[in-house]
This record gives sequence, C-alpha cells and structure tokens, in this order.
Amino acid sequence: MAAASADRADVPPVTTARLAAEGLGAYYGPTRVVRDVTASFTPGRVTAIVGPSGCGKSTLLRCLNRLHETGRDARTTGRVWLDDVDVYAPDVSAVAVRRQVALVMQRPTPFPTLSIEQNVVAGLQAAHARPTADLRAVTEDALRRAALWSEVSHRLRARPGTLSEGQQQRLCIARALATSPRVLLLDEPTASLDPLSVQKIEELVYGLRDRVTVVMVTHNMQQAARVSDETAFLLHGELVEMAATTTLFTTPGDPRTEAYITGRFG
Amino acid sequence: MSSLRHSPIGDRLYQTLTTLCAISVLVLLLVLSARIFVAASPALQAFGWRFLTGAQWDAVHGVFGVAPAVYGTVISSALALALATPLALAVAIFSAEVAPAWLRSILEFALDLLAAIPSVIYGLWGLFVLVPLLRDRVMPVLTETLGLADTPLFAGPAYGPSMLAAALLLAIMILPYIAAVAREVLAAVPDAQREAALALGATRWEMLRHAVLPYARSGLVGAVILGLGRAFGETMAVTMVIGNRHEMSASLLAPGYTLASLIANEFAEASATLHHAALMAAGATLLLVTLLVNALARWLVWRVRRPGDA
Repeated sequence: MAAASADRADVPPVTTARLAAEGLGAYYGPTRVVRDVTASFTPGRVTAIVGPSGCGKSTLLRCLNRLHETGRDARTTGRVWLDDVDVYAPDVSAVAVRRQVALVMQRPTPFPTLSIEQNVVAGLQAAHARPTADLRAVTEDALRRAALWSEVSHRLRARPGTLSEGQQQRLCIARALATSPRVLLLDEPTASLDPLSVQKIEELVYGLRDRVTVVMVTHNMQQAARVSDETAFLLHGELVEMAATTTLFTTPGDPRTEAYITGRFG
Repeated sequence: MSSLRHSPIGDRLYQTLTTLCAISVLVLLLVLSARIFVAASPALQAFGWRFLTGAQWDAVHGVFGVAPAVYGTVISSALALALATPLALAVAIFSAEVAPAWLRSILEFALDLLAAIPSVIYGLWGLFVLVPLLRDRVMPVLTETLGLADTPLFAGPAYGPSMLAAALLLAIMILPYIAAVAREVLAAVPDAQREAALALGATRWEMLRHAVLPYARSGLVGAVILGLGRAFGETMAVTMVIGNRHEMSASLLAPGYTLASLIANEFAEASATLHHAALMAAGATLLLVTLLVNALARWLVWRVRRPGDA
C-alpha cells in the first residue's frame, strides 16, 4: 500500500477547466432540443442541471463534449469554451475534446468482455494518453476516487457483470476519472440505482470538487441540493435560470423556477 | 372461483401446440439420424474403422473407404472459411459502422442477392469462368512465375478442376451468409457501448476494436460457424469444380472429392446393397463431421463467454 501511494504522487495533478456554453443550440433533424443556452460552469465546482423530463438536459450535456454530433441527424450550433478554446472550432478534434471532457451515461456501460481492471484503463489505452504508465497505480487511484477500491481490490480480474448495478456505475466513473479529465459530465448517474448506491455516488461527486469541474444532469432536486454548488434550471431547451444552489432553491428569480421546485409541474 | 383456478383454454392450447412443434424437431432429427445409421450399417459392419481410414473407393470390387472425401470436405471448407471470413467481416463492419445509409441499403441488397443465387448457377460459373481462369491465368503464375511448383502445396499438373477452385467458389458462396449475420450481430451491439467508448475519447476505429468487436465476438463466431456449416453441406457447385477424384493430395492444384459430391455423383448408380450402404455411411460421416465441428465451435464460444476470467 505504501508503494501504491508513492506511485500516486507520479500521477499529474488534475487541472480543472473553465467550461462555458455560448449561444448553444442542438437539433435532431429539424427538431430543436436546446435553444440558445449561455452558461458558465465554475472550475472545480459541481453544477447541477435540473428540469422536467424531455427538457433537453441530457442533450445539452452531450453537446459539451461533442458527443451529441455522433447521433443520427444530430447537429449543434453555437460555441462551447474549454478555457480559451472553442471546442466547435473547425481545427479542433472532437476526439481530443472528449479526452478532456469525459461523460458518464445514465445507465452503467462497462465493457462486458473486459475485466474490472481493464475497464478502468480502457479509456487510457484507447486515448494513448499515458503510454504504459503505471497502469496498476492509475487503476487503484481511479477506483479509490470512485469509492469502489475496497469492494473490488480482491477481484480486479473479474468481469464487471459480477458487480451490482451501483458498483458498475462507479466503475464507469472510475473509467472516466482514469483518463484525468478536466471536466466530468454526469448524465443522471443515479437514475437506475438503489438508495445506498445513490448515496455513495453523491458522496463521490461531492468529493471530486477542486480536482475536476463537474456538470451533473439530474431530475432529482434533492440530489442537486445535496451535491451541487450551482444549479441551472432548463425548461423546453431554454436556460431559465442559473444561480448558486442555495439561492436557486430558496429565492428563485424566475416564477417558472419557483413553480418547478415547489412541485407545481414536472 | 373457477376463473381463478383454471387457466384459459387458449393458453393451454398454445402451450401444447408450441411444445409439440418443439418436440417434433427433435424427433425428426433422431429418426433421420437413426434411419441413416441403420441403412449404413452393412457397410459399417463390413469395414468397421477402415471405412473412415481407408483411401480406396472401388464399387466394382466392393471396397469402400471415405478418408479422401473426409479430407476433401474438411480442407475445402476450411480454406473457403479462411478466405471468406476476413472479407465478410470487413464487409459487415463497413456496412454496419462506416457506410452512409444509402450505400448500406445497396450493400445489403447485393448481399441478399448473392445469398439467393442457386448453387448450380455458382457451379456453372465456376466451371465455365473460374476454372478456365485458374487454369490459364492463375495457376501458371503460381507454378512458373512465382516458382511454387516445387512446393507440395502447388505441385503437380494444373488441369483446372481442383481443391483450389472448390475452395474459391465456396468462399464466394459463404461470404454473403457470414457477412449478413455478422452485420446483424454488429447492429445489435447497444449504442450505449459505442457512446461509452466515444465519450472516453476513442476514435471510431478504437471504438470498434475495444467496444464493438469484443461485445459482438460470440455472435461473430456464430456467423463464421454458420458459413462453415454451409460450406460442409454444399454439394452441387463443389461437385462441378473439384474434379471428383478419390485421392488425397497436399497440392491445392490437384483434384479432390467431398463427402457431399461423392453421394451426389454415385447415388443413381448404386445398385449393390453394399455400395448403397457405403453411400449412406458417407452421409452418416458427413453428419458426424458437421456435428463435431459445431460442438467444437460451441465449446469455443462458451469458453470466450465465461464470466469471471480475464
């Protein structure tokens, strides 16, 4: 263990990034799902995106790392700034963007034929980001940060199919963290999980602040209140309001936000 | 109360009917196999293991051994599989992952058409186009220009009808089957797997290699096995181009024989009881070889699927 923690010092410190959307729009064919969203996500903080089902939360998230455009008939307009680079600029590679802005899906998507250990480093190997670095140390570090190490350290060679769904989701978070992303996007990461797993993932997200900028979509307002520093409210693809979480939940500036958080619709 | 106790009559009827249909498949297979083995038994009793190991097939003197035909069946099919698999997988990957929608539908149509061509047409094409082409153009290049005539694989005179011709024709015939099934298997890989790889910063190729192909691998093995099954059983086209000589030769340019073409060629003339039984035994052998290879393939699939090992 002592050796492992010494190795971890070799892992370069994660630098958080300023992420901002500017006039961002997203389409599926002719249908506009996200309308003219301008928002800035504070580095090293957790921002929650809340809103009713079908309001474009997930699509907005998928635009932030250029995953949206891989869908059929999918198109994006506007800009997304990662520090001072527009990720939609013609000379920017979508693959390179996704290596810095990782995304974890709503349902766990471990690679079923790889072992737990291989899953964690799958992104690294695909990205050739850190060729043959001490993969063992990276694995342990990522699994520890995803609060999964103690549960799987004795069976790293097992297939992820042997894990519970909550463990699989934390494995996916570990897999994303292993690539040392500067921004971590989470798309309703606890939607399909039991309460105990939800709690573990919330604690883990809360603990990630300072080392990585987190943007998390959730339909659960209590969850947003528990883990996020700032909250954005999205309705019909439009950003209604974005503020410090405590402000938004206690003194919302927009009547639509107030109606939503007091449970009058959605 | 009675409505709680009894399941509706329709449900029971449905259950009985589907069960009967399922059982009939098994019964059919058993009866068929049993009949073949009964009809083959005079030959099996007369020759025993020598029927499998013997190289002589002499209807006049009543000596029957199928080793060359077994050899020809296995070698021609294995060669065809080795030629067709990489090409078919490449076609499937292109169709499922790379091609734009309009090209994909054209490609699918072409594959379906290739699969629908009757095997006698393939045979005619093989006989009148492929064999002359091999004899006049390809074989001279192999033996003379490349100087491979001294190697056992390309030794002997090149008449045209040969193991090579049969393997090539079989490869063309099984390609659409392997490609069509492989394409379906790839299309069935959940998009979430693709997106998970892309979201980690994988390129399209890395996504394919690390996420899609591993996920699909047991299905892809299944596609290849389906192709092998077709190659084993293919009769007409192979009979027309393989040369039908009951000999075992290492040379791909030499003619050979397969179990299926042996049966097809001699059934009409088999008047003697022993000859008839020998052909039945050849059929039984083909059945067994196919069964063995399928069992082996299933075992392979089961091996790669087993969870928990890395």
